[in-house]
Amino acid sequence: MSDGHVFSLFGAELTARASGVLWWAHRRILCVSDLHLGKSDRLARRSGIMVPPYETADTLLRLQSEIEALAPQIVICLGDSFDDLQASDSLDPAESACLYRMQAGRQWIWIEGNHDPGPVEFSGAHLAEYRHGPLVFRHIAETEAEVSGHYHPKAAVPLGRRRITRPCFLYDQHRVILPAFGTFTGGLRSDATALQDLMRPGAVAVLTGQTCHVLPMPRG
Amino acid sequence: MSDVLPAALTDWFSQKGWQPHAHQLHVMEARACPACLVIAPTGCGKTLAGFLPSLADLALSPHTGLHTLYVSPLKALAADIKRNLRGPAEEMGLDIRIEDRTGDTSATQKRRQRVNPPQILLTTPESLALLTSYSDAEHLFSGLKRVVIDEVHALSESKRGDQLMLSLAALQRICPDMQRIGLSATVQDPDQIARFMACHPMPCHIIEAPQGPLPDIAMLQIDAPAPWSGGGAGYAIPQVLQEVAQHNTVLIFHNTRAQAEIFFHKLWQLNEDNLPIAIHHGSLSRAQRERVEAAMVAGALRAIVCTGSLDLGLDWGNVDLVIQVGAPKNVKRLVQRIGRANHRYNSPSKARLVPANRFEVVECVAALQAVRDHDLDGEPMGPGPRDVLCQHILIAACAGPFHPDDLYVQVTTAGRYAQLTRAEFDSCVDFCATGGYALKAYDRWRRLQQTEDGKWQLRDPRAAQRVRMNIGTIQDSDRLKVRMRGRGGRALGEVEEAFAATLVPGDSFLIGGQVVRYEGLRDLTVEVTKQPGKKPKIATFSGTKFATSTQLSQRILVGFQQKDWPELPGYMSDWIALQRHVSLLPRADRLLVESFPHDGRFASVVYGFAGRNALQTLGLLLSKRMEDAGLDPLSFVATDYAVMLLSLEPLRDAAGLLAPAGLRDGLETWLAGNAVMKRSFRGCAVIAGLIERNMTGQRKSGRQATFSSDILYDTLLKYDPDHVLMQITREEARKGLVDFDRIEEMLARCAGRLDHKELEGLSPFAAPLFLEMGRVPVQGAAEERLLAAETARLMEASGLNKIVIAPVR
Repeated sequence: MSDGHVFSLFGAELTARASGVLWWAHRRILCVSDLHLGKSDRLARRSGIMVPPYETADTLLRLQSEIEALAPQIVICLGDSFDDLQASDSLDPAESACLYRMQAGRQWIWIEGNHDPGPVEFSGAHLAEYRHGPLVFRHIAETEAEVSGHYHPKAAVPLGRRRITRPCFLYDQHRVILPAFGTFTGGLRSDATALQDLMRPGAVAVLTGQTCHVLPMPRG
Repeated sequence: MSDVLPAALTDWFSQKGWQPHAHQLHVMEARACPACLVIAPTGCGKTLAGFLPSLADLALSPHTGLHTLYVSPLKALAADIKRNLRGPAEEMGLDIRIEDRTGDTSATQKRRQRVNPPQILLTTPESLALLTSYSDAEHLFSGLKRVVIDEVHALSESKRGDQLMLSLAALQRICPDMQRIGLSATVQDPDQIARFMACHPMPCHIIEAPQGPLPDIAMLQIDAPAPWSGGGAGYAIPQVLQEVAQHNTVLIFHNTRAQAEIFFHKLWQLNEDNLPIAIHHGSLSRAQRERVEAAMVAGALRAIVCTGSLDLGLDWGNVDLVIQVGAPKNVKRLVQRIGRANHRYNSPSKARLVPANRFEVVECVAALQAVRDHDLDGEPMGPGPRDVLCQHILIAACAGPFHPDDLYVQVTTAGRYAQLTRAEFDSCVDFCATGGYALKAYDRWRRLQQTEDGKWQLRDPRAAQRVRMNIGTIQDSDRLKVRMRGRGGRALGEVEEAFAATLVPGDSFLIGGQVVRYEGLRDLTVEVTKQPGKKPKIATFSGTKFATSTQLSQRILVGFQQKDWPELPGYMSDWIALQRHVSLLPRADRLLVESFPHDGRFASVVYGFAGRNALQTLGLLLSKRMEDAGLDPLSFVATDYAVMLLSLEPLRDAAGLLAPAGLRDGLETWLAGNAVMKRSFRGCAVIAGLIERNMTGQRKSGRQATFSSDILYDTLLKYDPDHVLMQITREEARKGLVDFDRIEEMLARCAGRLDHKELEGLSPFAAPLFLEMGRVPVQGAAEERLLAAETARLMEASGLNKIVIAPVR
């Protein structure tokens, strides 16, 4: 129980933070996945459903507090940063300003995701994937030594007759998959086939929330 | 015979050798009244009374198009009336069509009905709301003369009724002379139902049929004493079986599906004569329910174990006994259930009560007395819920552009919306148009837009399809189907998603009277295998719990003030007398609090008699206060009568603990994060159209699930706490599951008069509370601690804790 769980991936010492961001302290890299900014706007545009339009500001505020706490040199957004390419236009001036403030004075990398497969309006590098030291950062897991997102993993822990389900990191010796950071995001349970196939025996889940809880990846 | 009936009808009555009842003729005489409420016990031709004026009209002059609309809360009832009305109509020589239109009607049939409507259409509130959403509604309903609302007393207690009244307000604009006839069982306050169903402020004529003979109702004589606690009533099974053997057909009512399942299971274990006994409740598959209903009609069953699913519905003439298992909680429901026995006018219904525990013995005796006194419980009717209004506004927009001034006037003709302010109405329109958020974000994608003449219309007409898909106020979104494993496995019924989430493979539970083993979840279906003979590991799925009504609680409290209790079994009066001796008996005008040490801990018992839901809420609020006061509360348990809190430190200041002002603050702030609020929110959000039915819930499928409505609630709480849906949720919670209104009522009747008995040990009334199931652990830091312990255990058991790298300092 702490606000971060440290593990090693191909020699890189990484911290899975309770907030859902990954912190590579030695390289001062903060990595975050699946922000889904502009989700409420896209829902309204595509289906007429008008959910509370506060999730973009909420997501940015939580990211800002991590950036203030850690002062990273590099911020990597692992894809699906925007709910779609049009959603990147939907940020209101205050939200955009918040994003610009966070970008100031550091390197900012947008990795493309399936929701945002092209450059967005905001400054920073737009890449399909990014290598740094022994690791590669991309949206969807495919090889080894990689940091990815996309699946929105969550894990369930039975407690007596109750079951507590929270977004989680999943890692084994080969890869780490980040939880979705966006406020309006659901999750895929760790016992789903896609995640079962990706993660090797001995994989670990790190539950996020107020504090971290570490457990063997639940496999159903 | 009377001259108010045309010849075709009088002839029909004479052919049958029948006489119209007085109340049937009164309805005929009241044909000019804009609204008319018929109150009559079951089995005295109430339905025919509702249809007589229309049959008379149609006999006198043919009518093209829709003449009469009949609305019932049950699809089955609509189908049944269709069968039962076609015969008489034919015999009277009427050339009319009588058809039903419900969720079960085919699309072809529905299309045909809109082009060429029958003279009499039988439908449900949801199907009617859907009809009013089409642009041809004006044409379809233009000739409508009358609407007959069946079981209006039941509808008046649910949002389905509110939706119906808003739909009728829309119809009344199309056909101003439309007459409303409501059919109701006996109720405490007929005027209230009349106000509910009339077109406000027009009058409603009330016709009351004479009451039938007094029912033959008593406690079931059982040899064994009632157990101290619990709700199963297993001790009564031998006597219940005996009653089944001695009667034609017995309905055995239970308050919850879970209790019905357990009782049914135990009944069959002792059913040595193999009496044909079946089970019927709302979670069973439709096929299974229909099989049971058909067997019942065919007279093949000797008993049915059932729940509220049979409170309303078809008349089964051969039921000659009703057994109510568990305290009835509500006198009105009890009377209704008693009426299910013997559907022949002027013969008494027979019913027996089976209390499940000792407090329920007291409650059953109080209920018997209330039935004899005709003292039914009635909750005052509050203002109409605004989530239903939001849905109505969207439905109106589907039918065509509307002017807000017109719609406001129209809505306020529905009794429960008569006091709706223009500001409240406008906030609902704003919600439908833009989401109604403090942050104006949806100007571009708004759902409704205003035209130059001030009318509102759908921005994108295709949105109508989505609105129609979500019509209705019944909440059934979070159920999962249960099916036998294997190809073509039989459907058994449904369980709540929350219950399914607690299952692990190998768990066994009861459904449809059989023990099944949980195998897994596949394609949103719970797969099970048979596991005969084994004791179910998990009691069964959860369900609605009724709270004992205010009137009944009051009667119990008054009963305690008697000198002795000759109407109770000896062991019961001894128990009550002992409580009087050791402590005090609870009173209506004073609040009794007991505290005493027990097993190294301290128990505090508040005898609130405010119903289970309110006392559960009180338990949550008081445990928070005890935590603040440093009493280290551990858990609490609530029943309909009392809440008991366990703590590490003794309670000294009972008056401080129960000070009203702080309790209200607690409700506003701390309770806001409670799961009950989130559940209420989800219901309101679906009805109001914020989220769609298929958007809610956390489903495990191949893709990332959609996010849960809890996140929306948390977001609104944080950024827009006064949003209209949050207001609606709070209003809802004050009644329903949180039931804070009854805590207020309890505080008001005691008005600070509090007796705090500090005892050396447990009191006779407190003893059963220690045996109650469903103790609630006090939340907070506890959850994180438990989670930490469990995850550490899992890491250790797997050996992974040795591999994981410890943080480098």
